[in-house]
Amino acid sequence: MNNTFLQLLMSDFVLYALVAGLSLALIAGPLGSFIVWRRMSYFGDTLAHSSLLGVALGIVGDINPQLSIIISCLVFAAILTMLDRKPSISTDTLLGILAHSTLALGIVLLALTDSVRINLEAYLFGSLLTINQLDLVWILAVVALASTVLYFYWNKLLSVTVHAELAKIEGVNVERLNLMLVMLIALTIAVSMKVVGVLLIISLLIIPPAAARRLAQTPEQMAFKASLIGAASIVLGLFAAFYLDTPAGPSIVVVATAIFLGLNFSRV
Amino acid sequence: MLVRKHFLSTPLMEFMQSPDSPAKVLLAVSGISKNFAGRKVLDNITLRVDEGKIITLIGPNGAGKTTLVRIALRLAAADSGAVQHRSGLRIGYMPQKMHVEPTLPVTVVRFLQLAENFSATQLDATLSQLNILQLKNHQLSAISGGEMQRVLLARALLRQPELLILDEPAQGVDLAGQAELYQLISKISKRDNCGVLMISHDLHLVMSATDEVVCLNHHVCCHGKPEQVSNDPAYLDLFGPNTARALAVYTHDHNHEHDLTGNIKTAHHE
Repeated sequence: MNNTFLQLLMSDFVLYALVAGLSLALIAGPLGSFIVWRRMSYFGDTLAHSSLLGVALGIVGDINPQLSIIISCLVFAAILTMLDRKPSISTDTLLGILAHSTLALGIVLLALTDSVRINLEAYLFGSLLTINQLDLVWILAVVALASTVLYFYWNKLLSVTVHAELAKIEGVNVERLNLMLVMLIALTIAVSMKVVGVLLIISLLIIPPAAARRLAQTPEQMAFKASLIGAASIVLGLFAAFYLDTPAGPSIVVVATAIFLGLNFSRV
Repeated sequence: MLVRKHFLSTPLMEFMQSPDSPAKVLLAVSGISKNFAGRKVLDNITLRVDEGKIITLIGPNGAGKTTLVRIALRLAAADSGAVQHRSGLRIGYMPQKMHVEPTLPVTVVRFLQLAENFSATQLDATLSQLNILQLKNHQLSAISGGEMQRVLLARALLRQPELLILDEPAQGVDLAGQAELYQLISKISKRDNCGVLMISHDLHLVMSATDEVVCLNHHVCCHGKPEQVSNDPAYLDLFGPNTARALAVYTHDHNHEHDLTGNIKTAHHE
């Protein structure tokens, strides 16, 4: 039984899927911890929803879809950050409006082009097992960039997260760091879209850090353990998908949620 | 002695370079006005903090004290007026409220280390000075409100500030601790020649150490030295903190009255 799984592992597409999933889980640990600490989960959700508009615009403008998703995610992240600075309307309401209006606009636009019928299920769950080399390169590049930035700015990002005003008075450029973090989140979501889908990337960003909270005494522990929990969810989820013949993305989300529930409702 | 008029109305530069002590001005704000939703919160406020001087802001709730402090810190923008800091000024700030995010695991010592590089000796000295050495490895989310105030003060002090800006520093601190906290602030101000601008309602405790009291109610009602009587430490010893509070003195004879919205009803300015 293990033999067949190992054989499968050796095949390119499963190996690619595993490497892509594990590297995303690795970066989702610390990035997702910031999302949880800053109560930004709805922000990530909105970005992911608006990326469908990016797909649509890419098709209309005949641009490389990966590139159009990345550009639209970065633009939306910048717009959301700017709107957040002038709070005339509460942030969650604003995000709720933008998430669904951009999603709807994307679907309408795609219908008008009538060239492609987009598969909404693929948008939600991605197609982890159809990943190609180029997809993998995109993911690895973004993961490398995000890891480097997080490594060098970790303390400052943490300081801004704990108390933005104290950080500002202590000489930290709060606006720049906020924008940087948001851009990293946007990039990560953008390159994950096609491969793992909206549902899985948001789950990977939020569920593992939430699960890791009770196991952590320091921010670093929480980020690291979130990465481990994310990686375990990927491996176990793919394993389950293989043996139970269930879709890969949702299986991973189910496993992550099971870990979250297990850790939160047991006496650790 | 009370001066019952607005501070100087000279332009800011002149104000900063006051002839008596040009280099000693740490922070100066002048002509600050601020409206929130059409309501005038601050009206032409001018204020200056010098090296080694303690300025205490008092005034009723909603008088604009925190807004003024935030403008002075450049955390908020004024509608009009100017804020000037001495170049390279190191400020230690203690905010009024600290929201600790429960999902973020962080110990007291890690929280302090977010601010600045300091030696372990410095850290321990500052923590023992504030009686919170034992909290070092506690989770920030698990300490009490009064303990949090001391931790925030520790973070401000570890910056070795030239100017301390404290928004109700003793809020939530027990009575014995309050007196101690204010004594410590005053000691540090003297020792390091550090300027202090603080908001406080505990005038009976701060008056002995305050160089100047500014009474704010959207505008500067009056300002001056607190009464000398409380300078005597025996005063506090004799009555104890509770009675001292009841006897707290800052004779505050206004030359005008406010209606409920803070507008001046009868003004008799010189």
